[in-house]
Amino acid sequence: MMHIDFESQVPIYVQIAEMIKNDIIKGIFEEGSQVPSTTEISVNFKINPATVAKGYNLLVEEGIIYKKRGVGMFVCKDAKATLIEIRREDFYNNYIKALLVEAEKLGFSKSEVMDMMKGEKR
Amino acid sequence: MSSIQIKNVSKKFGKAEVLSQINLNFEENKIYGLLGRNGVGKTTLLNMISNRIFPTKGEILVDGDRISEKPAIVGKIFYMTEKNLYPEGMTVEKAYMWTHAFYDGFDMEKAIELSRKFGLDIKKKMKSLSTGYHTIFKTITTLASNAPIMIFDEPILGMDANHREIFYKEVLNSYIENPKTIILSTHIIEEIADLLERVVIINDESIMLDEEVAQLIEKAYTVSGREEKVNQYIQDKDCIHEGIMASFKSATIKGSISELDRELIESLELEVARVELQKLFIYLTGTGGKW
Repeated sequence: MMHIDFESQVPIYVQIAEMIKNDIIKGIFEEGSQVPSTTEISVNFKINPATVAKGYNLLVEEGIIYKKRGVGMFVCKDAKATLIEIRREDFYNNYIKALLVEAEKLGFSKSEVMDMMKGEKR
Repeated sequence: MSSIQIKNVSKKFGKAEVLSQINLNFEENKIYGLLGRNGVGKTTLLNMISNRIFPTKGEILVDGDRISEKPAIVGKIFYMTEKNLYPEGMTVEKAYMWTHAFYDGFDMEKAIELSRKFGLDIKKKMKSLSTGYHTIFKTITTLASNAPIMIFDEPILGMDANHREIFYKEVLNSYIENPKTIILSTHIIEEIADLLERVVIINDESIMLDEEVAQLIEKAYTVSGREEKVNQYIQDKDCIHEGIMASFKSATIKGSISELDRELIESLELEVARVELQKLFIYLTGTGGKW
């Protein structure tokens, strides 16, 4: 779901970029296909156009989307594979580490966590 | 494509000073939020910008021209006032025609299209419009004006949620189609916060804050956690608000978070959050508020 968290510490323009990236990974926006225009994002989410443009510029700089003059913004070739590669690198830091921190807080041992992952009852 | 410069402007009504030495720029093609509590002089400032009343001291320039010397320059501004200036017995349609006669750029077709979108019956007379539709009528007139500077004073007063949604979308559409300087003066801050590029807060007769909304996130933040830990964190910080619920405390701090702060936040097990514009406004303009 396209979603912006207006209370988050993450700047809105970064969230806009993340939202588009998520939908590329999910296959909602396929390679070579058009992504929403900055106007559509701005009007739908009631966000200042300059903020939206900043988010889109980030995506262009990262080689995720490109601009076809007078037509709109499109998903780059291999964007999905690139994004998945980056997400894989972040997976340990963003998920596994956080999981272990929470498990420790609750008093689960690593082997208990492993058992849960394997789908076994404690 | 127009800008407004306010230079050293003061305004007195009798002996009472309403605004004192205001210096402020409304840069071209930006959407501004003009905020302030009741009676701080927002409307007074807007009335001076549109040359309806005159500063006691100082001067106001539109695109570099002093409005005191070249009043015609005010034609670049379309100002939606709180008060309705049209005769009670006039129909909405007539009022549009009237506006068109006085204001060259006024787009009649646009006004009718917007009336349809908002569900405003153009055959109705001014006196039979509800509060919400009164506001809608004035809002439409401003949106259809095509002016390079549009000023809305309490544009959403009495509007229901659907109408407000239409309003925000139409403001953005109008801005995107044809970039212009937009000033929104309102008390409903939460809904418009992310629509704005810059925010201006007036308090105690002067400009308290004039910032880019996106920058505010780096200028203030909120931390929360156990009271003594929060106290430990804020002891050398510029704190603008503190709130306590049992042993839970939250504090809003002016400044940005350094690497050292981050480490401290983690070791004290504090949570960090963004300060919403509305909350920041309340903290700053409440009793004893400062920035």
